[in-house]
Amino acid sequence: MGAFAPWFKMTLVLEAAVLGILTGGVYALMASGLTLIFGVMRIINVGQGALVILGAYLSFALFRSWHLDPLLSLVITMPLMFGIGVLLQIVFIRPLKTDREALSVLVTYALALGIEGVLGYVFTSNLVQLRAWYETASFAVFGFHITYVYVFGFLLCLAILGALFLVLYRTSFGGALRATMLNRTAAQLVGVDVDRVSAIAFGIGVATAAAGGVIFGITNAFNPGSHYDLISRLLTIIVLGGLGSLRGAIIAALVMLVTEDITAVVISPVWATFVFFVILIVVLIFRPQGLFGVRVRERI
Amino acid sequence: MKRKALLLLPVAALAVLLPLVAPDPSTTNIAVFTMMYVGLATAWNIMGGYTGYISLGHAAFFGFGAYALGLIMVHLNITPGYGPFFLVPVVGLLTAVLAVGIGWIALRTRAATFVIVTIAFMFMMQLLAENLVKVTGGGGGLGLPYPHDWGGDFFNTPYYYAMLVLAVLGLLTSWWIRRSKFGLGLLAIRDDEDKALAVGVPTRTFKLTAYVISAVLVGMIGAVYAYYVTYIYPQFVVDPLIGISMVLMAFLGGLGTLSGPVIGALLLEPSQLEFAYRFGASRLYLVFYSAIFLIVILLLPRGIVPSVRDLIGRRRTAKGVT
Repeated sequence: MGAFAPWFKMTLVLEAAVLGILTGGVYALMASGLTLIFGVMRIINVGQGALVILGAYLSFALFRSWHLDPLLSLVITMPLMFGIGVLLQIVFIRPLKTDREALSVLVTYALALGIEGVLGYVFTSNLVQLRAWYETASFAVFGFHITYVYVFGFLLCLAILGALFLVLYRTSFGGALRATMLNRTAAQLVGVDVDRVSAIAFGIGVATAAAGGVIFGITNAFNPGSHYDLISRLLTIIVLGGLGSLRGAIIAALVMLVTEDITAVVISPVWATFVFFVILIVVLIFRPQGLFGVRVRERI
Repeated sequence: MKRKALLLLPVAALAVLLPLVAPDPSTTNIAVFTMMYVGLATAWNIMGGYTGYISLGHAAFFGFGAYALGLIMVHLNITPGYGPFFLVPVVGLLTAVLAVGIGWIALRTRAATFVIVTIAFMFMMQLLAENLVKVTGGGGGLGLPYPHDWGGDFFNTPYYYAMLVLAVLGLLTSWWIRRSKFGLGLLAIRDDEDKALAVGVPTRTFKLTAYVISAVLVGMIGAVYAYYVTYIYPQFVVDPLIGISMVLMAFLGGLGTLSGPVIGALLLEPSQLEFAYRFGASRLYLVFYSAIFLIVILLLPRGIVPSVRDLIGRRRTAKGVT
């Protein structure tokens, strides 16, 4: 046993690391939407977690009524969520003229509560989970068993993130969006329709929530209240990566999820989430602007 | 000034005499919670309203205070009665120590990052309460001894007065800060932190002091709450909804004003209790809550008190002209 135990643990740690990278991809996707919204509008969408859960419930409803495969249902839910996002931006975010940063946190918090309330009314607070064949089926690589859903999820996230980068760096809309992120006023002066860019960016951010929601809904049982857990992680990730940095959010998501999964194996699952926050605090002590952030020097 | 004092007198009298006028437990129960939120919103406003640093994680201190009193009472075998109320300042001291630590880290960040860091600390506190099962009892909750001999109409009364004392303490502190040099420094930080630093405001110390004062009040209120409800659970005392409620009340009444948070709490808490009581099971009360929230922020972003004050001011100048 003495010789066996460390080797056994090592395998578990490796397996946890692989799983961490795969789930990290999903969190990277959800967090990228959040950090994109921040970058363009300087607002924190505290409702992102609730929107992820909303996306999961939409897929759940499609599955329940039409037996639509959760991943396929994204063809419907992602455009729908994009529309919802644009609408939310126009109705609730655009009217905020003064003190946007503070007020937007409260507005999006209120939206999260509203979504939680409506979902609770429609679907009750019983835990549900999305079902698909790849939820439990697995394949073996070098002796590790990897469930298909994690691989599919990771690939989906890679595809969406890749598309996002293409839009950002290879299209004129992407140029306008990045210009708005750099300097809103200057972008406006050179003729960028900042309001339109903001609405679309919010829509994109919410659409990524739908994609993240499906994977989250297959790998976790969820109820309308699950958004608190999600948003606390997503916010931690984007602060760690540096607010508004897409690259930072992706790297931070991978680092966090790998650490969390390894902690779950080495120490205990109940402390895994805690380590998440500990990393954030350690980083903040040494680099208050996050890993890839620019130091904020503006009034609140 | 004199007119204001005259206006305040009946309000103060009503607040003091309330349990005698309406001793019915269901009324005093609402009164306890309303007074609790008057204190919480006032305490939150000392940090959020004066310095502009929005903390959404003050529920961390509320929960800490609740567990601190609970654990002291359970482990030191404190006899329930009036004694535990005198332990509340001790809980305040403990909260101060915690707030210095959290504030020291959180206040290295500003604006949006600060908001998120406060949320992160709140969830850390919740996880600690859940995971340190041997200390806190974990998700199973922690039961506090309660005074069996206080019965019927009287049971809520001591708690009401404890909440009232803390709310008044918060208001006096807030009032004092508002007219002190320290308060001016805080307002300067809210308007432009870098400029405030440039003209010699010790911003770091001031921010941390305001944060700790605000947290201590919240922690003490949390302690009284724990003694009142007698059974506490991690997710119900380190509750994000408590954290956001005090913020909403301060916003509704008017950020950075003395009376704003009080008015916000008096308006919102009773209606929230009523709604939660009627629609609690269906979670529809969250929709109601969210709606009020959105209406307040979109239509009345400055809050009731500043808007009304503007209106009166305009009317007065109009009269002066004619």
